Amino acid sequence: MALYSEKVMDHFRNPRNVGVIEDANGIGEVGNAKCGDIMKMYLKIEDDIIQDVKFETFGCGSAIASSSMATELIKGKPVSEARQLTNKAVAEALDGLPDYKMHCSVLAQEAIESALKDYESRQEQK
Amino acid sequence: MIYADNAATTKMSDAAIQTLTGLLKDTYGNPSSLYEFGQKAKEVLEQARRDVAESIGAQPNEIIFTSGGSEADNQAILSAAKMGALKGKKHIISTAFEHHAVLHTLNKLKNEGYEITLLDVHENGLVTPQQVKDAIREDTCLVTIMYANNEIGTIQPIREIGEICRSNNVTFHTDAVQAVGHIKVNVVDDNIDMLSASGHKFHGPKGVGFLYVKKGIKVFNLIEGGAQEKGRRAGTENVPGIAAMATALKESVDALDEYKAKLTPVRDKIIRGLSEIPHSALNGDAESRVPSNINFCFEGIEGESLLLLLDDKGIAASSGSACTSGSLDPSHVLLAIGRIHDVAHGSLRLSLGEDITDDEADYIIKSVKEVVEYLRGFSPVWRDLVAGKKEFIL
Repeated sequence: MALYSEKVMDHFRNPRNVGVIEDANGIGEVGNAKCGDIMKMYLKIEDDIIQDVKFETFGCGSAIASSSMATELIKGKPVSEARQLTNKAVAEALDGLPDYKMHCSVLAQEAIESALKDYESRQEQK
Repeated sequence: MIYADNAATTKMSDAAIQTLTGLLKDTYGNPSSLYEFGQKAKEVLEQARRDVAESIGAQPNEIIFTSGGSEADNQAILSAAKMGALKGKKHIISTAFEHHAVLHTLNKLKNEGYEITLLDVHENGLVTPQQVKDAIREDTCLVTIMYANNEIGTIQPIREIGEICRSNNVTFHTDAVQAVGHIKVNVVDDNIDMLSASGHKFHGPKGVGFLYVKKGIKVFNLIEGGAQEKGRRAGTENVPGIAAMATALKESVDALDEYKAKLTPVRDKIIRGLSEIPHSALNGDAESRVPSNINFCFEGIEGESLLLLLDDKGIAASSGSACTSGSLDPSHVLLAIGRIHDVAHGSLRLSLGEDITDDEADYIIKSVKEVVEYLRGFSPVWRDLVAGKKEFIL
């Protein structure tokens, strides 16, 4: 289908880092079912490094591909670097998204931000 | 590849292609010209008009050829509205799940001061004649209700609605784009004043359709110009396209019984198969339904992903998901039958062609089951439903 780039289709068909981290120390969920997209990110952070990341997504092809790409972009990276992730970087890494699908990459960025925020508040409570 | 999106468009029949290409090559005259080339084209045009008229029980002079269903809908509705206004009647009755060619035209009229009543189509996707009866007022100038819904395939009680309109002296139009060539339609028996149809929905070409206008009902032309179609539709007629449409319609109408007998059991088999998927639901009445249509909602997944993965498995289908339309809202049809956003996004429409085989039906059932299960496997919505954090809707 020419709607999406090969990269988007690859990440949609073979999403990386799908699933749940049972002992995650940062979890973020964004979007709502009313709009048709929900992303949930699970982070396992140790020594300020994102040791593992997994996602679950309810959404269209580009939402699933954006989640998958976003996890790839932050896996193994320091938290400070993950915090810098932009939706543009996600979209670019996917060789672009159709204009009306850009919000999927925004959602991926927000899901990671939300998970990082959860991690930080857990750290503060310690 | 299984093409299961025949409500979007159909493959042209061999006979229609033959008519089209033959005429493109040999009958290029303008039907308005006096010489032989023109008159030959005129004969072809008028034969097509007779064939089209006969297939829906109309008279040839009651058929106006248009560019398709949308134009026919626009012309019918705008004409009836204009005629109504001349008599001080500016109330129109329709339903909430009409095609956008109807709904957007009604919106335009609303902005011009008309009052529009959109009837509830209930959970089963059907209006009742009584609703129409109750909604008719002194100032009602038009009732426009689709024959069969384009997304969920439900067939409306057109004959009874037509009877009510006739006895109340209200013009009755029906968008029959999904009905003509698929189920028996007879404008006389069905008490229809105006009817829209589109060639490419019954194996004819795209860009051509027709409007039936009962003798005595006045319509205005949307396009100013020459006196074609008795001054009701200007522009040189698309003779090859019109004739090819007539060929396709004749073929489809001649095979209606066969079509119904062949498709109904396959449709019902797929409906039974997909009903086995937990937390799924058929959209629209199971009985009063065109033989080709299957429409389901699956909870916890989103329709576009479903379509893309079915495409990978060689199945072409469609969805009422917002993501497939580029808007934020899912299908207005699914919302109209009471499906909330959350589940309307997870919809699938299969519209079968007459060449579907039993094996293909099995393959469709198997594939949809696999894909729904796969997508639910990493859906946070599904996880919450299963964990009891959210309540199942379906």
